[in-house]
Amino acid sequence: MERISLLAATLCYLFSFGHTLYALGAGRFQLGRFNFLAMALGAAAQTWYLFLRGASEHSCPIGNLSETLIFLSWSIALIYLVIGPAYRLSLMGAFTAPLVLLLQIIALLLPGEVHVSFFRPNPWVETHAALSLVAYGAFGLACVAGLMFLVQEGQLKSRRPAPIFHHLPPISILSEATLRLVWIGFLLLTLSFVSGILAHLAVAGGKFLFSLLIWLIYAAILFAAKSGRLSGRRFATAVALAFLLALILLPVIERLSGRA
Amino acid sequence: MRDNEMEELLGRLRSIEGVSGAVMLSTCNRVELYASSLCPLRALDGFRKILSERAGLEAPLYYHATPEAVRHLFRVASGLDSMVIGETEILGQVKKAYSAAADAGAATRPLHKLFQHAFHVAKSVRTETQITSGPTSVGSVAVELAGKIFGSLKERRVMILGAGEISERTARSLQSRGVKSVIVSNRTYERAAELAAEIGGMALHFDHWEKSFADIDILISSTNAPHAILTPEKIAPLLKLRRAAPLFVIDLAVPRDADPSINEMEGVFLYDIDSLEQIAAQSLDIRKQEVIRCESLIDQHVGGFLSWMRTIHSPDQHHIGRMA
Repeated sequence: MERISLLAATLCYLFSFGHTLYALGAGRFQLGRFNFLAMALGAAAQTWYLFLRGASEHSCPIGNLSETLIFLSWSIALIYLVIGPAYRLSLMGAFTAPLVLLLQIIALLLPGEVHVSFFRPNPWVETHAALSLVAYGAFGLACVAGLMFLVQEGQLKSRRPAPIFHHLPPISILSEATLRLVWIGFLLLTLSFVSGILAHLAVAGGKFLFSLLIWLIYAAILFAAKSGRLSGRRFATAVALAFLLALILLPVIERLSGRA
Repeated sequence: MRDNEMEELLGRLRSIEGVSGAVMLSTCNRVELYASSLCPLRALDGFRKILSERAGLEAPLYYHATPEAVRHLFRVASGLDSMVIGETEILGQVKKAYSAAADAGAATRPLHKLFQHAFHVAKSVRTETQITSGPTSVGSVAVELAGKIFGSLKERRVMILGAGEISERTARSLQSRGVKSVIVSNRTYERAAELAAEIGGMALHFDHWEKSFADIDILISSTNAPHAILTPEKIAPLLKLRRAAPLFVIDLAVPRDADPSINEMEGVFLYDIDSLEQIAAQSLDIRKQEVIRCESLIDQHVGGFLSWMRTIHSPDQHHIGRMA
């Protein structure tokens, strides 16, 4: 059943992505309903999978890299479902679907690992890990919004905008959405650190340093944006690169967590 | 055609022998009568007489019977028969005409069905094709670009450098979208003051325009300067005052006021008159390419409507559209 719900989620995201490609290829940009529905069904199937895993392991279902990636892709999809319509960010689903699908496929392709319930004795550790991943989800969606900004800015600079230009949101809205998402991610990551301290986790070692590095990078980005030193393009680029780095470091942190 | 005259006119149209129902569409670009009638040619004569009385001259008319009249209305409501293909204002006008006829009790069952169907067709055409895609005039292109940079224009400030006619029109387009304020600066201060008074803006001496640079979001430039006045060297220090806020520069001058390389500067978006016109032409091209898809959609709907007409078995089934 777990595997079926996981495959169902992947198929939903695949449909969303395929539909996007087909629609864009045909010159249609009104993706709205189908795309959103497919993403919502994908997230629902993932929720069911995570629920089943959580129930069988009696802990937050992030006990190996595969589960961690699924939790992350679920966080991104969920935040998109909340943020996308609120901001009227048309086409955001088109940019989110490939990222969510990629994470999901990697998770599916990873060899089956044993679920390590390393935080079962302490709920604060569980909160710490879950908050970290939801923060990553917010950073992931900020990266999506940042990439949309770069595409739209490129269209504006080109002075010969392609049809997609008319359907992408204004750069100011994208910039604002990116900033808010980074703030959300940053606050969640900070809370995750606080819960880590409450759980008496070690404030030294590789895992702590890598996590601190990510926190510091986002803090620096927010500080530079607040002080008006970052243009929209640099801000969006920094957010996209920071998430790429966070994504690269995620398996490392996950491995180090398992040993902790 | 004034709104208050419509009821009386519809009454007169219905008094034409053989006409059971009528909807009158009157815009700045067309006068059309849609009527259900058993004797279309007699109805046409009656309409011609009424029109001649009103206009005082023999108006040139053309007319369609079903199914061409049905297709014509669907095309009109979808904006395919408009001067600017795909414009959407006409749909509101068609709705208003139908509403007036319905209120006056002049719309018969086939006309009700016909117009409801036409609104549905117009919606389908709009959502399933790109017939309304993109702006089609320099002013509307500027407005769309500004919208794609700033989102809402309500808090945006505009500066006009050089009080030319085209910059005035562009500023008015932006004003129609609610920009917060407009500053006009011209080498001749009196002309700046004159234009500022006309559009409800504020005049500024040309020597002082750089001082307001940090506060503006959109710069429309159309001076008669023989060389570029907006160069990277001049703009770079001013941009620092803007705390990375974007700047939209619309260069309408010939020769150009802005050095093209300022478009490479971060946060600066430069469009000259050629690029604005090119975008408008591009949008029109897209719309023209979409016409075939629209016609095909309309054909399907005409077929659907005619099928419905066959089911009602009413002798009251002729629709005529006439235009002057």
